[in-house]
Order: sequence, then C-alpha cells, then structure tokens
Amino acid sequence: MREVAIVAFGQSVHVRDSAETSEVEMLMPVLHDVLEQTGLAARDIDFTCSGSSDYLAGRAFSFTMALDGVGAWPPISESHVEMDGAWALYEAWVKLLTGEAETALVYAYGKSSPGDVREVLTRQLDPYYVAPLWPDSVALAALQAQALIDAGLTDERVLAGIAARSRTAAESNPHAQLRGVVPAGEHLVAPLRTGDCPPIGDGAAAVVLAAGDTARRLTDRPAWIRGLDHRIEAHALGVRDLTDSPSTRLAAERAGAFARPVDTAELHAPFTSQEVVLRRALKLDAPDSTVRINPSGGALATNPVMAAGLIRLGEAAARIHRGESDRALAHATSGPCLQQNLVAVLEGE
Amino acid sequence: MSEVLTAPLVVEFPFTRSLGPVQSAFLTGLRERTVLGVTASDGRVVVPPTEYDPVTAEEIRDLVEVGSAGTVTTWAWNPSPRRGQPLATPFAWVLVRLDGADTALLHALDAPGPDAVRTGMRVRIRWAAQRTGAITDIACFEPDGSPGGEGGARPQGDAQPAPHDGEFADPVTGITAPARLDYTYAPGRAQSRYLRALADHKTIGERCPSCRKVYVPPRGACPTCGVATDTQVEVGPRGTVTTFCIVNIKAKNLDIEVPYVYAHIALDGADLALHARIGGIPYDRVRMGLRVEPVWTEDGRFPDRYRPTGEPDADYDSYKELV
Repeated sequence: MREVAIVAFGQSVHVRDSAETSEVEMLMPVLHDVLEQTGLAARDIDFTCSGSSDYLAGRAFSFTMALDGVGAWPPISESHVEMDGAWALYEAWVKLLTGEAETALVYAYGKSSPGDVREVLTRQLDPYYVAPLWPDSVALAALQAQALIDAGLTDERVLAGIAARSRTAAESNPHAQLRGVVPAGEHLVAPLRTGDCPPIGDGAAAVVLAAGDTARRLTDRPAWIRGLDHRIEAHALGVRDLTDSPSTRLAAERAGAFARPVDTAELHAPFTSQEVVLRRALKLDAPDSTVRINPSGGALATNPVMAAGLIRLGEAAARIHRGESDRALAHATSGPCLQQNLVAVLEGE
Repeated sequence: MSEVLTAPLVVEFPFTRSLGPVQSAFLTGLRERTVLGVTASDGRVVVPPTEYDPVTAEEIRDLVEVGSAGTVTTWAWNPSPRRGQPLATPFAWVLVRLDGADTALLHALDAPGPDAVRTGMRVRIRWAAQRTGAITDIACFEPDGSPGGEGGARPQGDAQPAPHDGEFADPVTGITAPARLDYTYAPGRAQSRYLRALADHKTIGERCPSCRKVYVPPRGACPTCGVATDTQVEVGPRGTVTTFCIVNIKAKNLDIEVPYVYAHIALDGADLALHARIGGIPYDRVRMGLRVEPVWTEDGRFPDRYRPTGEPDADYDSYKELV
C-alpha cells in the first residue's frame, strides 16, 4: 500500500464575523500559506478537493466562487464534498492511495456569520418527521447531554471542566476564536450552558497531502496517515443510543487506532458532552492515560462549520510536524449528535 | 462608513415532498389521531416509522398501531423558543418512546418549567386542532396525569402494538414543509467596491498583479493565478458584443417583451466579458462585434441594458480571446 502523509497545514484566524471578506478572500491566504510551506505552486498539485456548505452562505454552488482562489485555469482536477473538509481529505487520500495523484490540496471553509447557524443546521435533519419542528443544533446536543447525565456518565461540573480545559489549552493557539477562562454562563438549552457550546465563527483551513518520497521531499517530518475510516449510523435520533458512538468506535478500529496507544487526540466535539461520548468510544478514559486531548483547544475554541473537522486532522498533523507527537488520533464529525464520524491515525517517521 | 456592503437575503421555499407507503400511512394516521409504527427485521417497533430497517436497510412495511402516551427517554429544557418550533412558550424538547414502540420520537413537551420534567416521566400526545397529515399534527406532548399515567402503577413500554393495515380514506401522499432562512449577505471587499462604483455609473474591474488581466465584475481573486486582485481599473463604458442569444421565453415577473437579446459584452479595457440585455436594436440585427454602451435608468444601480453606439463593428481579432 502506498504511504500518504499530511505535509502542510494552515488555517485562518477564526473570527465571529468576517463580513469584510468574501469566502475566496478569506480562503486565499490560507491556500498560499500551505503552498508556501511545501514550495509547491497551484499548478503542481495533482488533485484539489474542498468541503463547504451552500446552506451557510445561503447561495447555490457557492463553492465554485471559492475555486477562484485555487487558480482553476488552466483546468485542474477538482472535487467538492458538501460536508466538513475532513471528508474531502478522505476523498483526496483515496485518490493518492490509488496512484491517481502524487499530491493533493484539501481545503474547507465556513462562514456562519451571514445566517443563524443553529437554524441553518436544522435543514440537515429528516425533512418529514424532524425538520418541520425546527430543533436547533444546541437543542439536539442538549438531549444527548441529558442522556449522558441520566446514565451517570457525566454531570454539569465535569462538562464545565472540559470547557475550561479546552479553552485554557487554546491560549497557546494563535488561531483560536475563544481563549482562556470562559464563564459557564446560563443554560442555552438545559443542561447545556453557553460555556458547553462552541463559538459561532468564520474560518478556513487547508492541508497538502503527498505520497511516499514526494512527502519526504516536501517536508522534514511528514505526518503519515496510517489509517483513515468513516462510518455513519441511523439517521433518526430516537433509534440511536445517544450515550454511545458505535460509528466512531468502528471507524477507529478500522483506522487501526486501537493497535497501539496514541499520545495525542484531536477530537471534533463542538459540545462538551460530545467529548464524553467520544472519549468512551475511543477508549481514551483509562485512569493512567497520558493522551493529550485537544491541545489546540478543539472545536470548543474554534468551530468554523465545515472546516472544524479538517482542522482536527491538521492540528494533529502539525503536532507531528513539530515533533510534539509521534502517534496522534484525529476525529471529525458531521450531522446532529455525532451522527457521522471519521477517524484518522497519524504517525511521525 | 464600512468599506463593505451588506444586504438582507431571505431564502424561502415551500419544500414539497412525496411520501412512500409507510410515511403516508404514518402521517395520515396522525391526521386521524392514530399513531403507527413499523416492525423492523429484529422485531423492534420503530416509531416514527421508516421504510427501511435502520440497521440492515432492508425494506420494511409491517405497520402496527402504538399508544398515544409514552415515556420520556431524554429531554432538554428550551428557555427561548425560536421561530418555527412547536411552542412559543418555554418548553422541553423530548424524545418519547410511545407505548408499544422500541424507538423514540422527537417532539416538544409543554411543561411549566424544567423542574416538572424528568427522564422516565409519562407523557401523552396533545393533538393539534387542525390536522393535515404532518408531524405537526402532534401539537406537542403534555404530562400524562391520567390513571396509569404519572404516578400510576402501569408498567411502561410493554403495551402490545396491534397490527394495522395502514388503510385510511383519503390518504396523505405528500407534505409541504415551508422553510425560511434569513441571511445578511456581504459580498466582500472586491464586489463591494464594484457595487459602490456602479452607483456612480462607473464600472470597475480589478487587475491581476501576475497575469495583468482585468476581471469584471471583480471577485477578489484571479482564477488563473489564484492570487488577490487588488488594483482597481475603470473599464468601459463602451464595449463589444462577443456572443449572444435570443430569449424567446418570458420569465415570470419580468417586464420585458420577448424576443430579446442577452449578450456577453467585453467592456473596453476588460479581460472578461460580462452579460447584459441588448436594447435599442431589433433582436435579429444584433451581431458579434456590435459596439454597445450602457443605458442607465433614473434610480438604476446597474445598467438597465446596453444599446448600439453607432460605431463600426469591432474586428473579430480584437475580442476573439474573450468569446
């Protein structure tokens, strides 16, 4: 099997409102950043794949505008997923594994500021039985949080601790939107308080993938993707056990996450309660565990919808690039209450 | 004044969806105050019912009738109801396992406050007065104070679901689910500058620092070089028709007589053609190379149309790169 690595990662400074810049204006500096890191020009990239959602922009085919920032003429080989950029990375990874490409540029962006993201996300729900009730994203996460509390798996104090740990870690992340001590705040939808919820913001991220010796040539310490898998579970929330995430566990198993311990885990948990579910599914809760969870601050510090999952892969890879990690797990999610989950295992050489 | 323009943008659509046999039976049932589920491959009763097994994806359609009361499996207190949600006063979101069902249905619970809600509590459906065959035919749930309800001794969830043929008079075969999202559209720096210039009846493009091409309208990036275009260049007002089509179908709410001509126009000094309507010349006289100029109406924020200038036609070689 071909070896594929993340060789560069870049992201914007995430902000609450980026009305000053269009999507392409926000994205371009990030694209230039990752290309500069590798010394590649846009025309050197064999395959480009992006993740974003028209519903955030309120405009059809909004991603085609962002393509201008890539330099799509003369024609390039390009694809797009209407999902978090982590799934775009999966597509690019497959392209490299099959030998169809030697390098790939993956990017994702999301501007939540033009709309009301809690309402926008209701449009991804079952259109017959659920969406007509307009249950917003916080409400659905709160149902999951209460299920965890009822099962004795967490309580509001523990959840506040997760928020505090994440945002304290984000103090050393210059890109983070929310940093340092944040008050737990009022109940937004009980049992979740403001502090249990992610900031709403705009941002972009990009990574460059490369295969084998190309990766070694482009960077001193590639973050090799040792395994990558994604799984989905039943769409209806009332069918699932909300306290568990079998799809995450299965994806992790297939990605080889349980073969050897990891030292870092970047978990895409926009809500504190979701970290509880993920840690259990990923077996990160051993009492003697030394795994650094979300040293970047995670999605509780920075949550540009559609890019936050790709950022988890990028942050994990960047720790390997810097020599701060030898084996890292990265997780991305999409849909309500951790419906779809992607797990990658990254290693330094 | 901020450099960047913003404007309200409303995206609204009455999503019209057809129903399969199981969904049709379920939603028609709600109209008739009857709750139906479907038996999955493993014997579990799924409510609300799906046409496929949630585990195996096999097609399923054995309908059963379940109770209109049930048990809360989890809940969340919503102190600030939002537009479109089932209740306008603070309420609890609940997942309810109806008696006889093995899965839970999402809805709202009308309760005086969070202290009145707990997992395991007994609730029952409050039906909407006007029912049309939609999930909103359940107005909400309410605490079940009946005998066997809250505080009662009735064992929960073991009611036997009864087989049901799913047949109703005048079945519902589709739903219309109106959706509206409100945005504030901000076009970014480049397009804001373009729109502001248009207000002064000027057209500006932006030059790529790398390939020197001038893009109109500018979007802030050169699609060839992938770099920011940040030098503004006034172009036009005159231009050349590079290609065109004759429109024969009248668009709804558009006050233009057909046939008319829609054309690509390369403004003088621009390296990208923009598109606009051609007026002031019979539709069958428009041609490639025709020289045109913009016509502004009184309060127009962009040219209403372009009309011939009377100049000789442009040489094909002068615009062939832009066709």
